[in-house]
Amino acid sequence: MPEQFKLITKHIDELGYTPDIACYLRHGGYAGLKKALATPVRELAEGKKLSPQEVVREDVKASGLRGRGGAGFSAGLKWSFVDRRSGKPIYLICNADESEPGTFKDRQIIHKDPHQLVEGMIISCWANDVKLAYIYIRGEMPEGARLLNQALKEARENGFLGKNILGTGFDLEIHVHRGAGAYICGEETGLIESLEGKRAYPRIKPPYFPAVLGLYMCPTIVNNVETLCHVTHIVNMGAAEYAKLGTPNNTGTRIVSLSGDVMRPGYYEIQVGKVTLGELIHDANFGGGLRPGRTLKAIIPGGSSSKVLKAGEVFKLNRKGADGQMAKVDVPLLDLPYDFDSLQQAGTMSGSSAVIVLDDSRSMVETLGNLSEFYAHESCGQCTPCREGALWLAKATHRLAHGEGRKADADYLSHIAQNIQGRTICAFGEAASWPVLSFVKKFRDEFEAKGAADEAARAQGAGPVHGVKMAASPNHH
Amino acid sequence: MSFTVPSHLESELDEITTHYPVKRSASLMFLHALQEHFGYVSKDAVEWTARKLGLQPINVYELVTFYPMFRQEPLGKTHVKVCRTLSCALQGSGELRERFCSKLGLDPHAHAPQTTPDGKFTVEFVECLASCGTAPVVLVNEELHHKVSSADADAILQKGKAA
Amino acid sequence: MSAPAQPAPAPAPQAPPPVETMTVKVNGKTVQVPKTHPDWQGKPQPATMLQAARCAGVDIPHYCYHDKLPVAGNCRMCLVEFGTPMMDPATRKPVLNEDGSPKIAKSVLPYEPGTPRGAIACATPISPGMEIYADSKATLQMREAVLESLLINHPLDCPICDQAGECKLQEYSVQHGQAGSRFVEAKVHKPKAVDLGPRIVLDDERCVLCTRCIRFSKDIAGDDALGIVNRGSYNTISAFETGKFDNNYTLNTVDLCPVGALTSKDFRFKMRVWFLKESKSVCTSCGTGCNITIGSREGVVHCYEPRENDAVNGPWMCDSGRLNYKWIGRADRLREVLVRGTRSTWSAALQDLTVRLSKAPAGSVAVVASSRQTTEELYLLKKLAARTGATTDSVAREGEADRLLVAADRNPNSNGARLTGISFTEAGIRIPEIAAAIEAGTVKTLVVFGEDVTKHGIPAATLAKLETLFVSDILPNATTALATHLLPGAAHAEKRGTFVNVKGRLQKFMKAVEAPGDARPEWEFLHELVHGVTGQNGYSTIEGLFNQMAREVPAFAGLEWAKIGDTGVDVKI
Repeated sequence: MPEQFKLITKHIDELGYTPDIACYLRHGGYAGLKKALATPVRELAEGKKLSPQEVVREDVKASGLRGRGGAGFSAGLKWSFVDRRSGKPIYLICNADESEPGTFKDRQIIHKDPHQLVEGMIISCWANDVKLAYIYIRGEMPEGARLLNQALKEARENGFLGKNILGTGFDLEIHVHRGAGAYICGEETGLIESLEGKRAYPRIKPPYFPAVLGLYMCPTIVNNVETLCHVTHIVNMGAAEYAKLGTPNNTGTRIVSLSGDVMRPGYYEIQVGKVTLGELIHDANFGGGLRPGRTLKAIIPGGSSSKVLKAGEVFKLNRKGADGQMAKVDVPLLDLPYDFDSLQQAGTMSGSSAVIVLDDSRSMVETLGNLSEFYAHESCGQCTPCREGALWLAKATHRLAHGEGRKADADYLSHIAQNIQGRTICAFGEAASWPVLSFVKKFRDEFEAKGAADEAARAQGAGPVHGVKMAASPNHH
Repeated sequence: MSFTVPSHLESELDEITTHYPVKRSASLMFLHALQEHFGYVSKDAVEWTARKLGLQPINVYELVTFYPMFRQEPLGKTHVKVCRTLSCALQGSGELRERFCSKLGLDPHAHAPQTTPDGKFTVEFVECLASCGTAPVVLVNEELHHKVSSADADAILQKGKAA
Repeated sequence: MSAPAQPAPAPAPQAPPPVETMTVKVNGKTVQVPKTHPDWQGKPQPATMLQAARCAGVDIPHYCYHDKLPVAGNCRMCLVEFGTPMMDPATRKPVLNEDGSPKIAKSVLPYEPGTPRGAIACATPISPGMEIYADSKATLQMREAVLESLLINHPLDCPICDQAGECKLQEYSVQHGQAGSRFVEAKVHKPKAVDLGPRIVLDDERCVLCTRCIRFSKDIAGDDALGIVNRGSYNTISAFETGKFDNNYTLNTVDLCPVGALTSKDFRFKMRVWFLKESKSVCTSCGTGCNITIGSREGVVHCYEPRENDAVNGPWMCDSGRLNYKWIGRADRLREVLVRGTRSTWSAALQDLTVRLSKAPAGSVAVVASSRQTTEELYLLKKLAARTGATTDSVAREGEADRLLVAADRNPNSNGARLTGISFTEAGIRIPEIAAAIEAGTVKTLVVFGEDVTKHGIPAATLAKLETLFVSDILPNATTALATHLLPGAAHAEKRGTFVNVKGRLQKFMKAVEAPGDARPEWEFLHELVHGVTGQNGYSTIEGLFNQMAREVPAFAGLEWAKIGDTGVDVKI
């Protein structure tokens, strides 16, 4: 039976483990930083040499670490895009604006092991010649902000932060910056705008790629909390050892946030790809199964913006056969390994690794209504398709969920969503439209039946239905 | 009544301003601090922030209206934020919010923040509070309550009434 | 006014560097596009798809993009389908079709390879071999979808909207829109008729949130007064306090607004734009000489709008200049020829003046002209003065300059007066001398054009000592009241002519409306007077007159009326 693999969450929830630096040091904390700072110059073939910082950057690339925030992009490659010749300062921002519905992993690190994040940040800053860094934390986590400030203070007092860190001449300051309740701040250019004291309007790319024109138009690295924590472990373990965790191209561990209709919702750290969706839901080590008497209806596998998967679906995945040749293999939904590539091949994504489980008691129409309302509320409103389309979707799903549906609404919803995805300034357009497109595509019968039933009821003189719990009015503001 | 920011708060904010190479960056931190102190962000607070950071008031007002955490009117002493988003909704946060509202004599269907006439409570539906594993969650002032049952909700109300 | 700077030594003639170009295809047509284009500040930047399309004569619709504003990229109207040459990942060489042409990979959604992915033409740089499909099915569908989105919450109140007829929503709807909308939900309601400032009204429901007005105010006018409040679909353009949007450039936001959201209080509900006759002219409120279009109907001027001229005003003008047109239609305009207070005729008055000026002994005549007059008129006055040995000058009019367009010199043609020899380095320096000569009885005839000299150093009591006070003006004043000969003149909107602005830009302007009553353009009757007094032949057309002046005034050497374009030419000042 697969088990958790606790790398990041090793001490989290351990009895007696506290967020202060003394406890962190007792558990071997800041050894990674010391090791990183002592990295020797690496001699390469052809007489080339890598500076200590370059060595760590190369190791992060070699570790195969992929961003844990949502896009799953190679962290090492992201660092390699940084413009190091501009003469401008390089900034690093930790994206701690955890707000993708279903996700609650960064919260655990921030609240229960803040020094792990601080250490990962210091190493990452050192490796990238960053002298000033920020932690952009969700406004709704005031306690987390306090704990992080305390951790930074302790790190400063212990010579891990500030001037001349551990006598190496490296100076670094990290500050905590609080958001104020806007989901769009999770988008890295929106986050940068927000950190600049503006509305979190994502920037157009080109030209504003953060690695070149980021915070204050300087080269900027934005990494997720969990991603930065992994850097310490890569330094401690060595890139090669780290890369043995997980599966090829999906290395390391991930903290999966599991919620919805399972017996044991919670966060579970796994080796990437070594646990299947079915195991996450059903095994006693993880979700512990559905509620008694219930069957699985759907899985939202990577945060609320990922495309929904339907119970019973079978996917064609590329797999290496016994002969070493790649072949298409049928993989049922519950056998999908929980990793970046498998979910992508299944037409969805692992996103922020938040799995929301829906059982057969749930109305997909109401569920979509709930999600569409979220996106309508969170659209920043900067660009036309999303500003107008997100609320349009919310109003339409709300209408359908409240007894005023039409049979044609399934197509109507898909049409609106098609006109948003791929046409917006940032990926929020996809986030708002993917749930709609996938729900309607995979549960079309349910949407059409609801519309048809409403039409029939209206013909009998029925009015709108009140008291639908999951899809309240999208007109609040 | 004139708008006065206590000197200790002002020096705290002056210190925070030094965290950023560009003063404007401190805007959100200013608004948080002023809201914490005054209970909401008034027009005066917007103008004061703009003056301190060398901005136009509209630059600050844009933020107050964009970021949902900022309030333009005083709120109840106990601010109950019930998570509305999916994982909590699946665990009954809709009923939970209705319970808060009906017990306090507020409209159980209104979505926006509602404050009781005695100024003791504000109840509001908010989007995902990032604790979906312990749904349904309720943020009461700065304290997050997990797996909130009807009984827990009543206890929150009892505590708020006594406060 | 400071002396003109010494011209820099002429650089050795050099061939301009060859423009580096890139080859791309727009709608199947191959075009060479300069690799860089000026951005909103004029700095060279990599050419965009929008600019490449323009090179191919293809206009890509847009709302938020404006040549002279920072790029926002928010309206998404300029989304276009495109493709780039395919590269072999191993050899990094282009993949070729069977016919040897490069194989093009059309841009598609990475997660849905069957669906084209558009790029915003306004901000996407071109690359060699790129193909832009500005009229493909996918592009048209993207446009249609953006329009549909923009219209779902729009009030569709075109019949009473001031923008009707010049509205980009209407225009693009005709080209790219659908007849019906699928939208069956309730519309979002936003504030109507918001009093944004003393000259601007905002209808937030018509607004498409392109942010042109915000960017203009912040980045061009330097008044960061506008912003967006609320969030998402409820986004609303706003000032911090209503009524306080009050810099001297606010009305440009009305021009910039592609829809009917921002309207001018001055023009609101006054006139349907399609009834207006448009005439090219120049603003007279200061020495900048912003290029304008005069909107008039049936002889009445209804508005000025800036006319783009990068050598002078770009696409902007100030509010004070824009609204300074109502005097043209004032009821008390001078409309009669008066000789000693009695109505006369042009021929009688001119005859009398011809005789008087012809007989005037040398040194007994002085001329105070106005730098609000056209260069041609000042040239004719100078000829008249030369014949009678008259001292000439004009009146200085100084204010404060701003950082954008308003010049300290509030006369539109001070350089015209200087170049024609009417005034000297410092305008008005000779007026005390003229006043003294009148007091001393040496000057017996004073010619005054377009100025109330009682306010500029020649008091009424002094004027009373003259034998002949020959005045031409447009509106009554203390000087016109004392005139022995009063000839009603024409506003610039009522005639043709040229001004030379503070930087030496000579610009011509056209007639928009007729002068009232008996009033005539000054150059017409001055031409007759000069002919009568000097015996010299002149020209009875503005073209001929200008060309004659160009032959005689060194600064204008080589110029011809017909060759001066709509945006003027630089002359040496």
